[in-house]
Amino acid sequence: MTNSIAEVKKPILSIKDLSIAYDKHYAVKNVSVEIKKNTVTAIMGPSGCGKSTLLRALNRMHELYENITTEGEALLNGQNIYDISPIKLRRHMGMVFQRPNPFPTMSIYDNVIAGYKLNGIRTKKKERDEIVERSLRDVALWDEVKDSLYKKGTFLSGGQQQRLCIARALAFSPEVILMDEPTSALDPIATSKVEDLLVKLKENYTIVLVTHNMSQAARISDYSLFMYLGELVEYGKTKNMFTNPIDPRTEEYLTGKFG
Amino acid sequence: MEAIQALKNQDHSGRRQLKDKLFFYGIIVLSLVTISPIILIISKLVVEGYRQISLDFLIQTTPDTFEAMTAVSNGEKIPGGIANGIVGTLLMVVLASAMAIPIGILTGIFLYENQGKFMANLTRNISDILQGIPSIVLGLISYLWVVKHVTSGFSALAGSVSLAIMMLPMIVRSTEETLKMIPQTLKEAALALGVPYHKVILRVLVPTGFSGLLTGILLGISRILGETAPLLLTALGSSVISLDITKPTSAIPLLIWEFYNDPNMVDLIWSSSLLLMAIVLILNIVSKQIAAKRK
Repeated sequence: MTNSIAEVKKPILSIKDLSIAYDKHYAVKNVSVEIKKNTVTAIMGPSGCGKSTLLRALNRMHELYENITTEGEALLNGQNIYDISPIKLRRHMGMVFQRPNPFPTMSIYDNVIAGYKLNGIRTKKKERDEIVERSLRDVALWDEVKDSLYKKGTFLSGGQQQRLCIARALAFSPEVILMDEPTSALDPIATSKVEDLLVKLKENYTIVLVTHNMSQAARISDYSLFMYLGELVEYGKTKNMFTNPIDPRTEEYLTGKFG
Repeated sequence: MEAIQALKNQDHSGRRQLKDKLFFYGIIVLSLVTISPIILIISKLVVEGYRQISLDFLIQTTPDTFEAMTAVSNGEKIPGGIANGIVGTLLMVVLASAMAIPIGILTGIFLYENQGKFMANLTRNISDILQGIPSIVLGLISYLWVVKHVTSGFSALAGSVSLAIMMLPMIVRSTEETLKMIPQTLKEAALALGVPYHKVILRVLVPTGFSGLLTGILLGISRILGETAPLLLTALGSSVISLDITKPTSAIPLLIWEFYNDPNMVDLIWSSSLLLMAIVLILNIVSKQIAAKRK
């Protein structure tokens, strides 16, 4: 019995000794973590602790910045992500950003299917319709937009736009979804909708979430990472970390002494 | 304390109101001074030029000076039109656009993608200098390059090369400025979907900034439409309609210059100028509209 549970929670992403430096200044130092499948993992820490850099290193978006050096490795299902092309990798690792960023020239429908369209992946109309409906249902947006699929995505409210962006990431059926403070630009009602959604999504996906908001991490994450000055201070079950932190720095952060 | 109270109680309201009024009316008068030239120009062109405007004016070629003289001495309308100029202008604008738009947009993308780098800064500065080069000099250069060495004679191609060089910096600048206004997050969104770099540029950034690019192109076209000096040295002019890019061709501004030099054709100056002015004005209004829609 215990074996099968361990089987379900096997790591999908193993980060080993990962260090990232901008111009010789280390933003992430020797981080090793195993992200388990079908969980929500929150990365917490004060501003400038390297949490966004770590997240972006997982789909190699950090390589857009200049003078970056990456050491160590990150294995997605046993394969080092730095050995495959970033284009291929990003199709397995969806990403959702701080601010909703639907493509302004595209309709809601085209936004959801954008990953296929822009990559030139040929699909039949019926398949496309299915992907769009499934993705929009997954983010609980289908009922709200099913009559206006061909309107511009930018006409939606901020919260709807963010769910549209999540649907756009889901359309590709990625294995991992990376989220960089996905609710920081949303109002409380939209935030709680997105949070409910994330809890639901972990049934089929693995979610890694950067958050500034400790109570959000406590509400929705299964595992938490606490980072400070580029180092991984503590990693463990969210429940344990919030009730019984091991490192004094974690405790100070969680009790609001800094950050 | 009392001194301050006394100052406060001084009543300058009469003088202040007068100053206010003077300032207000001053602004109105100066604004009228600014817009009066364009009103005077347009009214003059319409009053002097409307008589010659007809279907013939658009579809006939220019009359020779003898025909014009006969018509003028009989008190009739000058026969013929400026179709050779309209066709020549269209031909050269299309050719110049075909050369300048792709190069300009690609250069603009290069500048946008390499902010602060040496080569980009150099390119940007050179492009700015290019914008300041007198058009007659561009005509000379095109004469040297194209007229002497490529077409072995005056040609539409030579004319469009000089016009393309004029358009280029405007398109480069407007492309870069437009792309800079597009949020970085949009580029990241596309990259995060695993979209290759060239498709991010061509299928996300360019469509998003399309109206900005179009505004730059239309302004560039409206600028070269009226250029005369470089065409005198390159396209030369022609009294027949010619679609051969290796042969001399006419253009509306070239015809205006020719009419000016022929006392029998004076009436045609105004109608040709009216047409040219109308086209430029419409292009300007359209591009302003597009630019306004974006905001």
